[in-house]
Amino acid sequence: MSALLQSLASGFEDDAGRRAALEAVLQDGLPGPRSEAWKYTPLRALERREFASADHAPEIDATLLEDIPAPRLVFVNGRHAPALSDMAGLDAGVETGLQASAAGGDDRYADRDAVFARLAASLAREGVQVKVPAGTRVEAPLHVVFVGAAQDGAELAWHLRHRIELGEGARLALIEHHLVAGDHHHLDNALMEIEVGAHGVLEHARIQSGSDGATAFLRTQATLQESAHYRRVDLELGGALSRHELNVQLVGDNARADANGVLLADGRRHLDTRLGIEHIARDTSSGLLWRGMATGRGRVVFHGGITIQAGADGTDAKLSNKNLLLAPNAEIDTQPVLVIHADEVEAAHGATVGQLDEEALFYLRTRGLSEREGRILLTEAFTREPLSAVEDPVLREALEEQVVAKLQGVAG
Amino acid sequence: MLKIENLHASINGREILKGLSLELQPGQVHAIMGPNGAGKSTLGNILAGRDGYEITEGTVEFEGKPLLDLDPEERAAAGLFLAFQYPVEIPGVNNTYFLRSSLNAQRKARGEEELDSMQFLKLVREKLSVLHLDDKLLHRGVNEGFSGGEKKRNEIFQMAVLEPKLAILDETDSGLDIDALRHVAEGVNALRSPDRAFLVITHYQRLLEYIRPDVVHVLADGRIVESGGPELAEQLEEHGYAWVKDRIAPEVA
Repeated sequence: MSALLQSLASGFEDDAGRRAALEAVLQDGLPGPRSEAWKYTPLRALERREFASADHAPEIDATLLEDIPAPRLVFVNGRHAPALSDMAGLDAGVETGLQASAAGGDDRYADRDAVFARLAASLAREGVQVKVPAGTRVEAPLHVVFVGAAQDGAELAWHLRHRIELGEGARLALIEHHLVAGDHHHLDNALMEIEVGAHGVLEHARIQSGSDGATAFLRTQATLQESAHYRRVDLELGGALSRHELNVQLVGDNARADANGVLLADGRRHLDTRLGIEHIARDTSSGLLWRGMATGRGRVVFHGGITIQAGADGTDAKLSNKNLLLAPNAEIDTQPVLVIHADEVEAAHGATVGQLDEEALFYLRTRGLSEREGRILLTEAFTREPLSAVEDPVLREALEEQVVAKLQGVAG
Repeated sequence: MLKIENLHASINGREILKGLSLELQPGQVHAIMGPNGAGKSTLGNILAGRDGYEITEGTVEFEGKPLLDLDPEERAAAGLFLAFQYPVEIPGVNNTYFLRSSLNAQRKARGEEELDSMQFLKLVREKLSVLHLDDKLLHRGVNEGFSGGEKKRNEIFQMAVLEPKLAILDETDSGLDIDALRHVAEGVNALRSPDRAFLVITHYQRLLEYIRPDVVHVLADGRIVESGGPELAEQLEEHGYAWVKDRIAPEVA
């Protein structure tokens, strides 16, 4: 039995409902090296660690949030921070809540490989709950902010379970920020369930810039109804270990999912993004554009899984994953996996790992740019394509700025 | 302005330049002609600071200072420009942004004030008109999807904006049709001035009909084997490079 799971389970002894769900997790334990889904993200070191349960939101410096406008919902160390949240400007029809749905068996996470989603499903007490009624088109983007704050050197763990629900024809822009208030080594485990109703549109951005010592697990589980459109972009820029499992099920005809992202692993960072896109209904489409970069001793793991189920005729699926290996001790593992059970589909996938174009760098330098400036310019250009899909110019620029700031930091 | 003395250079242990000497005064245009494999592009690359060459002997001075110890960007800031034979496509890097960053990096290195976007735009407008360059190209990625002619004209446009003291044109005429060639030549001629020098590397005499050189050098087997006036280029065109083959390299001046 792992120290990790033991420590996570403690504190729930008196909670019969959650305890029952926990037992199953404890019994199965963590996925081992033989699990294909965890092959490139070993949990051996994490398995030996112990985390205390986060029980309150500590005070943080509010200036950290000054660039994030309302409406915003803020969580610190896994707990809602009402004083920092501000729901002004949110459409009156939108229901928001904080109470995570009750613990209980959820078949979707019954697999041993889904251990963290299962933990979040069973242990989370809080989470962002948003319900946009049918036909409501929400104007202002909703910001949800997750701050990891240092707390007297303690190593804390928390679990969140979010639910975002868009009714028929509803529209919402959701921007997820993951920020650091002081270096810490916490474990942040979250599950976000998303349901986009017929003809609904969800724009979703996530900026993960966690503490260098932090561990983060996130499972996004989205279901798209007929002609729904889910468009998201992820920036993976922080954390010691950050794994995101992005599962999208296109269950309604003509549903569309666009998921783009940038993964930038510097230092000793380990960033793992695992896509599971499942085309179930007819004429559904997906566009997946991911760029990875690793430098220092950083490691990027990317799994682009697309499954086209029997009957999902007319599916159009495209995956592009390009990577830059910027240092001799960095590592990138990419694995596009396309499984097709239907006829008449169009599917294309490609993954490459290369190095910075030295000829281009020389060209830039002959024009007067320093080697550092040249590298920043080239790496920035490399990340531009996934971000160019973001329609909102304010958001796109903000995302570009985050990436540039990160690249400048990496370039020293 | 540029003084090359007895330059020996090799790549992967193979000697390409074998005692090349050359001196260029401000205001002059020198052409370097020669057969394929003579070392013409090597010379341009070494002057611009490309990695991978080993200088085994000789010196290069630019405005009285040793050039070869400088990084490529330091050479650029000092006023040296290389128009590439094969300009590099850099998707995602905006042409205008790149050029402004480059100009400002050079200006900063020289202790001059950087240009803001309005000042830069004004400069770009001035230079564009000379080159018959479609300003749509400015908003694209650097050389991204440009035709061969557009790439070469973009090189000359960059040169016009960066205003170097010494411009090296490495086979800028290759792959150009006659109209593009004329536009490129016009761009170069517009920049000729008493304090600017050009080193025009070319295989054919064609370009030199439009850009009249003061001096023509023939480079063969890593050395200048013949130097003369513009008429030398015409003789070469007539007789071919075999004509100079048996001639002896002139003594170092």
